[in-house]
Amino acid sequence: MQDIKSIMEEAREQLKKVSTSEEAEELRVKMLGRKGKFTEMLRSMKDMSAEEKKQFGRETNQAKAEFQQMLAERKEAIVKKAKDTRLAAETIDVTEPGRPVHYGVKHPITQTIEEVVGIFEDMGYSVYESPDIDTTFNTFDGLNAPETHPARDVTDTFYLSEKVCLRPHTSSGEVRAEKELSLPYQIVLPGRCYRRDTPDATHSPTFNQIEMMVIGEGITMADLKGSLDYMAKKLFGPETRTKFRPHHFPFTEPSAEMDVSCFKCGGKGCSVCKGSGWIEILGCGMTHPHVHQVAGIDTEKYTGFAVGMGVERIAMLKYGIDDIRLLYENDMRFIEQFK
Amino acid sequence: MLLSVNWLKDYVKIDVPAHEFGDRMIMTGSNIETITEIGTGISGVVIGKIEKIVKHPNADHLVVCSVNVGKSEPIQVVTSAENVYEGAFVPAALDGSHVPALHGAPHKEEGYEIHSGSMRGVDSDGMLCGPQELGLDDKVAPYISKDGIWLLPGDWSDQLGQDVTEALGLRDAVIDFEITPNRPDCLSMLGMAREAAATFGEKMQLPDTSLKPSGEASTDYISVEVRSDLCKRYTARVIRDVKIEQSPWWIQKRLIAAGMRPINNIVDLTNFVMLEYGQPMHAFDIDTLKDHRIIVDTAKDGDTFTTLDGNERTLDHDMLMINDAEGPVGLAGIMDGMDSEITENTNTVVLESASFLGSSVRLTAKRLGMRTEASSRYEKGIDPNNCEAAADRFCHLVQELGCGTVLDGAVDIYQKPETAPTVTARVSRINKVLGTQISREQMKGYLEALEMKVEGDGDELIVTPPSVRQDLLEEVDYVEEVARMYGYDNLPMTLPAIASKPFFSKSWTLRNLTRDLLCGMGATEIQTYSFSNQKILDRAGVPEGTMERNLIRITNPMGEDTEFMRTLLAPSMLEVLGTNYAKRNDHVLAYELGITFRENVIASELPKEHYNLCLGAYGGDEDFFSLKGIITELLDRLGVGPLRFEPEKEYTMFHPGRCARIFVKSPNGEDVEIGIMGEVHPEVQENFGIGDRAYVAELFFNLITELSDRVIQYKKPPMFPSTSRDVAMIVDEGLPVGHIEEAIRDLGLPLLDDVKLFDIYRGLPVPPGKKSVAYSITYRSDERTLTDQEADAAHQAVLDMLREKFGAELRDN
Repeated sequence: MQDIKSIMEEAREQLKKVSTSEEAEELRVKMLGRKGKFTEMLRSMKDMSAEEKKQFGRETNQAKAEFQQMLAERKEAIVKKAKDTRLAAETIDVTEPGRPVHYGVKHPITQTIEEVVGIFEDMGYSVYESPDIDTTFNTFDGLNAPETHPARDVTDTFYLSEKVCLRPHTSSGEVRAEKELSLPYQIVLPGRCYRRDTPDATHSPTFNQIEMMVIGEGITMADLKGSLDYMAKKLFGPETRTKFRPHHFPFTEPSAEMDVSCFKCGGKGCSVCKGSGWIEILGCGMTHPHVHQVAGIDTEKYTGFAVGMGVERIAMLKYGIDDIRLLYENDMRFIEQFK
Repeated sequence: MLLSVNWLKDYVKIDVPAHEFGDRMIMTGSNIETITEIGTGISGVVIGKIEKIVKHPNADHLVVCSVNVGKSEPIQVVTSAENVYEGAFVPAALDGSHVPALHGAPHKEEGYEIHSGSMRGVDSDGMLCGPQELGLDDKVAPYISKDGIWLLPGDWSDQLGQDVTEALGLRDAVIDFEITPNRPDCLSMLGMAREAAATFGEKMQLPDTSLKPSGEASTDYISVEVRSDLCKRYTARVIRDVKIEQSPWWIQKRLIAAGMRPINNIVDLTNFVMLEYGQPMHAFDIDTLKDHRIIVDTAKDGDTFTTLDGNERTLDHDMLMINDAEGPVGLAGIMDGMDSEITENTNTVVLESASFLGSSVRLTAKRLGMRTEASSRYEKGIDPNNCEAAADRFCHLVQELGCGTVLDGAVDIYQKPETAPTVTARVSRINKVLGTQISREQMKGYLEALEMKVEGDGDELIVTPPSVRQDLLEEVDYVEEVARMYGYDNLPMTLPAIASKPFFSKSWTLRNLTRDLLCGMGATEIQTYSFSNQKILDRAGVPEGTMERNLIRITNPMGEDTEFMRTLLAPSMLEVLGTNYAKRNDHVLAYELGITFRENVIASELPKEHYNLCLGAYGGDEDFFSLKGIITELLDRLGVGPLRFEPEKEYTMFHPGRCARIFVKSPNGEDVEIGIMGEVHPEVQENFGIGDRAYVAELFFNLITELSDRVIQYKKPPMFPSTSRDVAMIVDEGLPVGHIEEAIRDLGLPLLDDVKLFDIYRGLPVPPGKKSVAYSITYRSDERTLTDQEADAAHQAVLDMLREKFGAELRDN
């Protein structure tokens, strides 16, 4: 019969050789199982005196606990090592490409419309739309355009009949809005327009405009300036300055064109602004009383303003696109850059 | 309108540089296209006089000129120009001089340097310059110098050897003003001088129109009769003993800067005064006018007339003509006839300074398809009050130049004198519109600076403008006058205080949502033209006789391809797919959300405009079902469904076995067709150069918008587990699986939770003409966990129906 000391000795020796969970279990059975050495040791106590039992039992249990502790540690180390080995084997090359996720891109024209319309919606404007095909009354006469206005010419505007045309500007929606909506209102009116321009780098027979129109009591030209200055800062950045130059449109008076300080050079002069530091962005003005009178609006009580801007022009300036035809060619390699 | 700043200085004091002048003019309403510095880039070019010309010994087309350039010895210059003569004054570029351009040589930013050299064995100490070499455009080069050396008009003997830039005063700034159609008065030096004077607070100097008497009267030579009120005023003056020669340099210089070619003194003076006053003028040779009579009258239908350009024109009764005793000599305000032009032999000239009704000139010019400098001015409106002053100015210049004898008085027919309307503008209204507090005194000052008469008091400004200002008709016009003189820059910036109620457009919202969703699903948006034509519909396989073939026609299209408005987006989509395929983009998934156009059954109303949504794809893993998956998810998100896809074999855009029409049940139980989708027919694919199977869908977005119900009614997640049963069956190949699922759902089993197709198998052991279809069917109750018996009972009903309805042969699991 071995003594407890040599059993512990043996256990330590054997524990050193254990390298797998199976071997650890084998050793556990050998030492702690029903026929294990510690078990037998304790079983051998039954013939001892009470005093001996007490002493022997304590020592043996102490040794057993010590072994159990050692065995547990060993087991844990084995599990950890196995885990480490597996993780090491599972190492991936993180520089391999991710699985592609393809998100589509909105057309840059749409993006520009959404951006501008969004700015005006934030200011309390509502989207109002009118048809692409409209009457010459809504397009010209109702907008105070004289009989001789060059835009009426068949070389400029597409006609479906004498009284029906493809709108050359979104302003055609102004008279409709006046007749349909209740005062006061603030609307933004995006849409497609058509002009008989042969396609080249800066002309397209199909293009888009955004019209803004406000009618209310006490609306002033100062309001027009303030609203557009706000838009320009939102659209082109907070440093943007605006300049309003007198101009002439039949449907507004006073009329203006608005320039913004060049967003490329900040106004110092560069190729984008052709050295002037300013870029022409839109036409606007206080709605001509004749245009309000078409819908029977009391021009003494109400005043208002209207703005029209070219979407393609804004998109081209913003993104530095030098040929409008790229926008209608629909080459995916072009459109998908505008993400 | 090209404006020479030096010329403008004849009428108003300007002492700021051109660009600063331009900037301030812009802010008072005269917009600028360009500012060009002229007379720059020249050095070492001097005034010379050709003393002697001898033939070049070795070349027939060259001559050797001996040129006095103010030094003790003349220089020797070889030239090929044919217009040189002994005694001519010319610009001579000396050795080492610099010119901005060389005739016939490519344009160089830095210009050209001129050196002495030898030409065919004869020394040449520099070069004689043509107009181009001194920076003049070909089209303004003086007539006698245009293809040769610049022959300077007049005597330059005391300036030989002087720098040409200095001597000729070539340096100037030419500003191209953009004149808006409401301001025809600004198409003249005097008009611009009025604007400049008001802008800079200066006084304007009017040109000298004084005349010395000659003792003979114009009325003895010419009679004028006006028989139509399309002629507002006709002023004629007569000049005798006309000497046709080159104009003096100071006249030529003005014309050149304004973009006109000097021809001879009489023509140049008509142009000079036209530019000065904006008043078109015409000079007739009196001897070509039968009986020395001028009769202004409308033509008779069918009359013909040969204009100066040699074309015979057919006239009608709306056209105003200038006639002599025999017949027409000119189209009033547009162009004159072949025979009445002045020539070198002309002795007596009749000068016409008239005002014709703009709309009449416009109509005539349009009908005859001719537009001239004069007609475009008349179209915009010519103030009849200017006719006499302009004629007098012409005659004053004739006397000043000494090129003719001006007869006294004018023949002047002005039946209904016109005056500019007096308008009352309210100070309060102007401030109300502008958002300002400008005082009455300030406003009065601005208007008076523009040469307006201002009367009245208190809130009222009673304003009479100069008669050239035909644009000032009502109060609002003065709001603008005050605003631009006050300066738009000085207006405050505020935001509107307005209580408008926002409203929302369902279509706009859904279109935005659709774009967001489709982009999320990997589709990229395209935008194509709204035009169409029958040929592209042929190529796209759109069947004859369908509504889509009924295109709305544009009466003045730009070309055959763009003659009609589109009824469908798919043809353009196919074109875009073809373009991208040709550009080797190997995978495309695209969509367009755009307006299509249909005839309105009510002819008096505008055509119908509807948004359509078109999807197109090729390459990648795209197939019928990938596209169907996108449509299904999209419409589900838009709150449209359930969908039903019916096979469509006849629509020739698509593969007959791979096309479906898409239906939705509307709230009233009706089946609504909302679109069509499929694999593109191989022939159509080929027509558009798409070298891969392509897939297209076209959906009617207006119907989708109507049917869309996006109200969300949530259900609590299920409390009790579900039980599922699989069923596999063999059915006829021709039975659409959609019908099987529909039939299962139509049973209306209360415990049925979901039906999912998970396998379709063809081939052994399934016999030919049959397919094996497998579904997983889920049963669930909201009140309890189902027992197997309950699930089995429900499932049995499904199995019985499948056997009965479809003759399905159930397979063992």
